[in-house]
Amino acid sequence: MKIARRRIGFLAGVVITTLFIAIAALAIVWTPYDPAAIAIVHKLQPPSALHWLGTDQLGRDELSLLMAGAKASVGVAFLAVLIGAGCGIPLGLLAAARPRTIDELVMRGNDLLFAFPSLLLAILLTAVLGPGAWVAVVAIGVFNIPVLARVTRAAALRIWTLDYCLAARAAGKGAALISWEHVLPNILPILAVQLTIQFSLGIVAEAGLSYLGLGVQPPAPSWGHMLGDAQTLTAIAPSLAVIPGATIVCFVLGLNLLGGGLRARRAA
Amino acid sequence: MSAEPLLRLDEIRVVLATKIPLDGVSLEVHAGEILGLVGASGSGKSLMALAILGLLPRAATVTGGLYWRGRSLLDQSPAVLRGFRGREVGMVFQEPMTALNPLLTIGAQIAETVRLHTAATRAEATRSAANALVRVGLGSDASWLARYPHELSGGQRQRVAIAMAIVLSPALLIADEPTTALDATTQAQVLGLLKEIVRDSGMSLLLVSHDMAVMAAMTTRLAVLERGRIVEQGPTTAVLEGPQSAYGRRLLDAARLEPRVARVEAAVARAEAPLLEVSNIVREISLPRRSPWSRPLPRRIVDAVSLTVSRGEIVGLIGESGSGKTSLLRLILALDRPQSGSVRLSGEIFSSARGADLRRLRRQIQIVFQDPYGSFDPEWSVERVVAEPLNLLEVQPTQAERRSRVAAALLAVGLSPEDARRYPHEFSGGQRQRIALARALISEPALIVCDEAVSALDILVRAQVLALLEELRGRLGVSFLFVSHDLQVVRAIADRIYVMFRGRIVEEGETTAVFAAPRHAFTAELIRSTLTR
Repeated sequence: MKIARRRIGFLAGVVITTLFIAIAALAIVWTPYDPAAIAIVHKLQPPSALHWLGTDQLGRDELSLLMAGAKASVGVAFLAVLIGAGCGIPLGLLAAARPRTIDELVMRGNDLLFAFPSLLLAILLTAVLGPGAWVAVVAIGVFNIPVLARVTRAAALRIWTLDYCLAARAAGKGAALISWEHVLPNILPILAVQLTIQFSLGIVAEAGLSYLGLGVQPPAPSWGHMLGDAQTLTAIAPSLAVIPGATIVCFVLGLNLLGGGLRARRAA
Repeated sequence: MSAEPLLRLDEIRVVLATKIPLDGVSLEVHAGEILGLVGASGSGKSLMALAILGLLPRAATVTGGLYWRGRSLLDQSPAVLRGFRGREVGMVFQEPMTALNPLLTIGAQIAETVRLHTAATRAEATRSAANALVRVGLGSDASWLARYPHELSGGQRQRVAIAMAIVLSPALLIADEPTTALDATTQAQVLGLLKEIVRDSGMSLLLVSHDMAVMAAMTTRLAVLERGRIVEQGPTTAVLEGPQSAYGRRLLDAARLEPRVARVEAAVARAEAPLLEVSNIVREISLPRRSPWSRPLPRRIVDAVSLTVSRGEIVGLIGESGSGKTSLLRLILALDRPQSGSVRLSGEIFSSARGADLRRLRRQIQIVFQDPYGSFDPEWSVERVVAEPLNLLEVQPTQAERRSRVAAALLAVGLSPEDARRYPHEFSGGQRQRIALARALISEPALIVCDEAVSALDILVRAQVLALLEELRGRLGVSFLFVSHDLQVVRAIADRIYVMFRGRIVEEGETTAVFAAPRHAFTAELIRSTLTR
């Protein structure tokens, strides 16, 4: 009973996540309309056969905007996770494998990063570097580092206490080789869960930054912009706010179901 | 013995999925007797205990008859069975750590049992708990009630588990391998306690174990279980002196490890320079500071230990858990560095070697661990596992060479070369220890260190693995440093022994000599508690 429900959740997560990523991929080559094409004549149309989700205040096709926005969101979140994993996982492995002093150094550095509210630092970063999609990637990615470093370290420390790591040392293998051959493969399931969660957080963070005008720059479409633009129009066209909002919720829910499902499968 | 037994099993048969772990077991437990149930692991011993308590997995179907004082238990409702467990029958499990809830004090846990089954008030229940703790020999001091499981030693935890089982004075106590996880001396104390409690309160005891020595000392009647069937039962002395079944004889032979006779070649070998020479080695760890200002206190966990192992020799190292055996092993393997002292391999310093020297010396020494489950990377195939020490060779072998060396190592330990493609989890505990030995052998070391290598195995398998070690020594001339807390095992295999106590070597000598006349009080106590049960 319980297991069946968990499986349904996991499957739903897989389906939703795949769907969104497929849509984002599709948007690279094709959208129903050019998301940048403005047609004031057709502004604020309700959903119809021509425009499935209607048009916005500038007459742009809402569905095309959503699809192109998915491209931006998935892209930014994915690159941010890549930065986080690329720096965080090696740091975590290093902290777990190396003597106390390096471990302390890495982890206290982590604490320092943790101490800053991430959105605040992102704003600071954009203030220095100027807003843009790449700045959003870096700002979100940097905050993935300490999280992944910490999860990696905790999981790796447990593996290091196991006899097969001692056996590998007795076989003359060094810390780097053991981390690569034994530790990393055995903590991958744990990392997969965390990466999924960081990905979903990245989606939300990207939307947040774009909403504030600090992320992807107009006219490039983004879910955060769509929300921001719709804000003044909620009284006349509430669907313009509801549609991107619901899309974000749905995608993040799908990712969290996927992450939770992965965790449950690991526990089983 | 009264006419009606306390508990009667009549042709009990348990079907679990496609397996039949219990196949027609008939057994009686009479009031006031201690019945032993013996069998190798997988024979269905533990399942039988669970069947009596009605705690089998839901997927299991039970047929046959199960009677408590003449009343059938099989058709009772879960509520009645809950009352029956705890009130009428108490249970003690093997692993004392997992049987207790780490988040509750032991007083609260014992009192909970009382309140679940009786109308006792909180104060009354606490009083019963305190009494139970006194009965199991954990002082009358009220502070005991407020302690948490992690504050207790293994033996103390098992006493708490016993207190929990007897607090309601059940008529029958079922103990499933209650001392297997404990040290020899603690084991003797806990068994003594169980016997005393059973005698004083007229309780019956169903003792499940694979240890024949425990059975001989504790039980009046013995039943031998093989693959879900009782193949033999009768008075303990009769069964032990003349087992009727072939299986009973095999179990007994495996349990009765013959003390080894000192070998002449070993004495000759010792005349040469030793293979392993540990001299005055010290390892200190810093205890956690008591406050941020105080200096960390060092604690010596290995205190000026010296020992030697010669070529072709099997040397035993005995000590209780926490005596520093494992720390010493890590020093010997150069996995940790000592604060002072040295480890030499064939005369060369190993303990402070670096780089290429370290790799070259490592080839001479390998290790086999206790836990046949944790010693292999679950993601690795047997071939990869066994080949790992080849990393130490100066010239890495080709794929074909690697494969043939793995095949040779597997053959040497009695496995087949085809096993290389399988994964460790597909093998039984004994086979896994063979894989571990194959891994240790592949770099052709002169010395293999065995850390409790047979302690997790059941007796039939243990005898096979010990025979294999002996064979490898004879055939390949490998030396072994065999570390164990089990005196019988060490006596059966070692030419010479060292006894470790609180970080120091307190006694050394020929195995037979030490066993005949131990000089140190600790050794004497250890020998007494093992051999005179």
